[in-house]
Formats: sequence, C-alpha cells, structure tokens
Amino acid sequence: MAGSIRACGMSEVAGSARGRRWGGAAPRLALVVLALIALLAVLGPLCSPWSFDRLDWQHLALPPGDIAAHWLGTDRLGRDLFVRTLYGVRLSLLISVLASLISLVVGVAWGAVAGFAGGRTDEWMMRFVDVLYSLPYLFIVIILTTLFRRGSIGVLLVAIGAVGWLTTARIVRGETLALKRREFIEAARALGLSPAAILVRHIVPNLLGPVAVYATLTIPQMIIFESFLSFLGLGVQEPHASLGNLINVGAQEMQSAPWMLLVPASFLVILLACLNLLGDALRDALDPHER
Amino acid sequence: MLRYALRRIGGLIPTLLVIITASFCIVRLAPGGPFDQEQTLTPAVRANLDHLYGLDQPLTVQYAHYLRGLLHGDFGPSLSQRDFTVTELIAQGLPVSISVGLLAILLALCIGIPAGMAGAIWRNHGPDHALTTFAALAVALPSFVTGPLLALVFGLGLHWLPVAGWEHGAPRYLVLPVLTLALPVAAYLARLTRASLLEVLRSPWIRSARARGLGGTRVLWRHALRPALLPAVSYLGPALAYVVTGSLVVETVFGLPGTGRYLVQGAIDRDYPLVMGMIVVYGALLLLFNLLADLLYGWLDPRVRHE
Repeated sequence: MAGSIRACGMSEVAGSARGRRWGGAAPRLALVVLALIALLAVLGPLCSPWSFDRLDWQHLALPPGDIAAHWLGTDRLGRDLFVRTLYGVRLSLLISVLASLISLVVGVAWGAVAGFAGGRTDEWMMRFVDVLYSLPYLFIVIILTTLFRRGSIGVLLVAIGAVGWLTTARIVRGETLALKRREFIEAARALGLSPAAILVRHIVPNLLGPVAVYATLTIPQMIIFESFLSFLGLGVQEPHASLGNLINVGAQEMQSAPWMLLVPASFLVILLACLNLLGDALRDALDPHER
Repeated sequence: MLRYALRRIGGLIPTLLVIITASFCIVRLAPGGPFDQEQTLTPAVRANLDHLYGLDQPLTVQYAHYLRGLLHGDFGPSLSQRDFTVTELIAQGLPVSISVGLLAILLALCIGIPAGMAGAIWRNHGPDHALTTFAALAVALPSFVTGPLLALVFGLGLHWLPVAGWEHGAPRYLVLPVLTLALPVAAYLARLTRASLLEVLRSPWIRSARARGLGGTRVLWRHALRPALLPAVSYLGPALAYVVTGSLVVETVFGLPGTGRYLVQGAIDRDYPLVMGMIVVYGALLLLFNLLADLLYGWLDPRVRHE
C-alpha cells in the first residue's frame, strides 16, 4: 500500500502523462504481450503442419479464416502466412538481440579505451566516431552489405551492429571519463596495476550496468533496421521470411490480397509498440527526472 | 554572425573530402565488380570494358580522375544503366526527391511544433494525452509500415487519393508520400517542443516576466517560444537524414521517380559511379542542411556564435 502511494508520488514528480494515466499497467501488459509473441514465435510453427517454404498448390493467395487449412491465409505461392510471419518474428528478434550484443561489445571496448587513454588517442578515436555519425547510417549499411554476399545473416548482424555501437561508444566514453577520476581507480593505480588491468577489472564492470540498459533500449531500433534492410531487398532473402520482406511483398499485393500486408504489419506494429512501452517504462524507472 | 557562418562553411569542405575518400576506398575495395555476370566475359572483352571505364588504372589514378570529374560536376558514366551518365540520372531524380523531402519537413514543422506547444500548454488534459499517445505510436512505426497502411486505407479503402504514381508532381499524388515521411518527424518535433516548452515555462526568467505583470499569451510568444524552439532546430539536421533514408522506402512504395532507388539498385548492381555519386550528393546535402540548422541555431541563441 505504502509502496503504491510512493510510486504515485514519483510519477507526479516525473510528470509523465502516460505513466500517471495508466499507472504501470501498460508496461506490464506490454511485457505479457511480448512474452506471448515470443512464445508463439518459438512454438507456433511447430503446431502448424506447414513449414515456412512449403508450397500448397491447392490454396494460392487464400484469405485468412480457413481454420482447417491456413489460419492466417497464404501468399501468392501458397505458403502459409501464419508460419512465415512467426518465422519472420523469430528471425527479427534473434537478429536484433544479437546485433544489440555486438554493438554493446564493440561500443564498450571503443568507448572505454578512448575515455581511459585520453589525450590524442581519445581525440582521434572519437573523431572517427563523429565521421561515421556524419554519414547517414544507410550508406554504411548498403556499402557493407555489398561488400559481402547479400542475405547472409552474419553480414546483416555486422552491418546492423556496425551502426549501433556509435552511440554506445559515446555514452561509455563519457562514463569512463567520470569513472577514471574516482578514488578506487587511483588506488588501483597506486597498487601498481597496469592500465589494461585497470580497464578490464575496474572500469568495464562499473560501466556495464547502465550501458546494458541502454542496449536493451536499442532492440526496437535494431528490429526496425533489420526489417528495413529486408524491405529494401538488402537483408533476409527469399525463401526465408523476415517481417521486412513479408511487408514488401504484401505492399505489392495489397490491391488483391490486403491480408498479405496486414498480417506481418500488425505483428511488427504490436512488437514495436510493446518494446517501446517497455523501454519508456524502464527509462522512467531508472531516471525519474527525464520528462 | 558572418564570421561564424564563414567558419562553419570552411569546416564543410574537409568533411566532404573525407566522405568522398572513405566511400571511394570502401566501394573499390569491395570484392566483385560491375561486370560479374552469369555468363563470364572472355578475357579480351573484359579487359576492353575495364579499360573503357578506367578500371584497369591504379586506384590513385582513378581517385584523382574522379576528383577532377567532380569539380566539373561530372560523376562519370553509369555502369548498369548504359547510355546514361550518373549526372543525368541524378539530375532527373533529384528534384523529385528534394521536393518531396522538403515538403515533408515543412509539413512536419507545421504540425509538430504547434502540437507540441498545445501539449505543453494544456499539459495532462485531454488533448495532451491524445497527443502523447499518438506521438509515441508515430515515432515507433517505421515508414515502410505506415506508407503501405496509409495507401491501403486512403487509396484502396476510401478511394480519396491515388495509391501510387507521380504525374509530374500533381498535388494529389504528393499527399500520401509526404505524409508518410512527415509523420514520425512531426511526432518527434512535437515531443521535443512539448518537453522544452515545459522546461522553459518553469525557468526563472519566465517567472520574472510574469512577476512584471505580463499576460500569459505575451509571455508565451515573446519570452518562452524562442528558447523553447532550440531543440527542435537542432533536430532539423537528423530530421533530414531521416527523410533521406525514408525517401528510399517512400519512393519504392509510392513509385516515385526519385533518386532513392538508385542507391539501393546501384549497390546491388555494383555500379560504382552511381553509388559514389549518390553518396557524394546526399552527403553534401546533409552537410548543407546541418549548416543551415546551425546558422539558424546561432541566430536564435546568441550564446552559440560567441563561443
């Protein structure tokens, strides 16, 4: 009881209109929906007799609602849309989590070294980040995807991670600059630890908490990114399904078969809405002063 | 102000040179070439093609040649669209892309800033709730989802607007692409304006203006608005970057004859001059727009230009 009163008071201070109105119910609902989608993405395809690339010649471009055959209809080639969409959700979630991890590792390494080294090294390393920032991310990704074979998941991961780490590196560098003036770093230095040991043993563990939270906040961006590349035809390739290339096909077919667009698009909308709600709640919880 | 402007313009040229050099290196170092096709060419034909396009020269010579061409506005021949130079392709498509992009940013400014102001003034009342919820959704959704959905509702469902096409820029054909691009930018601008106006309204100088007996409207327009717009102005640069990438999607979805599709298609075809040309043109545009945003910022906030 006391806890809930205090929580109300906190959101008064934070002044977040949404937080106060829904009083924390929305993030909880978002979490439940997300868990359901993740569960569906893992188990759903197993429940269906169809696989993501099996063609059903009896049911080409079948509208949804046929419970016996295809729950959410089929596409032009008679592939089951329910299975393909869930397959796409799974791929999107997998790629975005892995890409967040990659950008976390690279960003922490780059930012911590730059911040800890200081001086000219710091200046050049951060200048490099600035130059990459000044290019629109898509240019980098397009160049990266053409560098290697199109459609390989590894390249996609590198390309998406390659952009995500820039912001992480900036945040980490700032935190490192603050950390390295603290007494316990001074103490470690006085004990004769090498700079590399201080970095690994004392700086990085203290950075990881806030930066890991930031990395989870970037997951919806990574999902958008992956679907965007697949939408343009630079990411996941047919016959494999991603929410992006499903939406691309759906957009071309929407005149005659609107469900081909609506099914993957609504999954993406729900996924992004839940992730963003959750992210906002997480940010508010950690930093009540923001907004 | 003039010195500030000159200093900023002087800083652009090295940045542009870095962008050109970096993308030249990366594009050329990529494995595979423009003439790798299913049927392999005979070595003689291949050598002739490479010679024709200067691909057999050392990289430094190619680079110098490319830079010399750029100075004359010559981006070289397109390797995938034979009979066209890259300059011709860009000259055809760029007016379309630029007009759609600028209209989108204008629309976003016209919707986003008043909406954000309204949200701050009627904070935590009906319109504000509706606004924050709508803005959260509009920011979260990418244009490749909103574009087709808008086309589905307003084009196929309600028959109010054409689904796709250009028709020499007839206004009816512009509405949906511009709206698709403007929506997330407007939502973000509304959020920024709302948050910063709320903060400004709490500041000491607003309290002192009120204490001098000035009315609410006058305080808002004369004292609060100008500093409250600063975050929105500094967002203009990133907004353009967003519109540039969004234009790739919007041009695909709505079938506009802009330059966006050249970037993707050029990359898939390994059309070096086309990709390079697009990067240089878009890079220059972005730098220019960032500069304009900076100058506007300097004009609004005198503290910046005296630093």
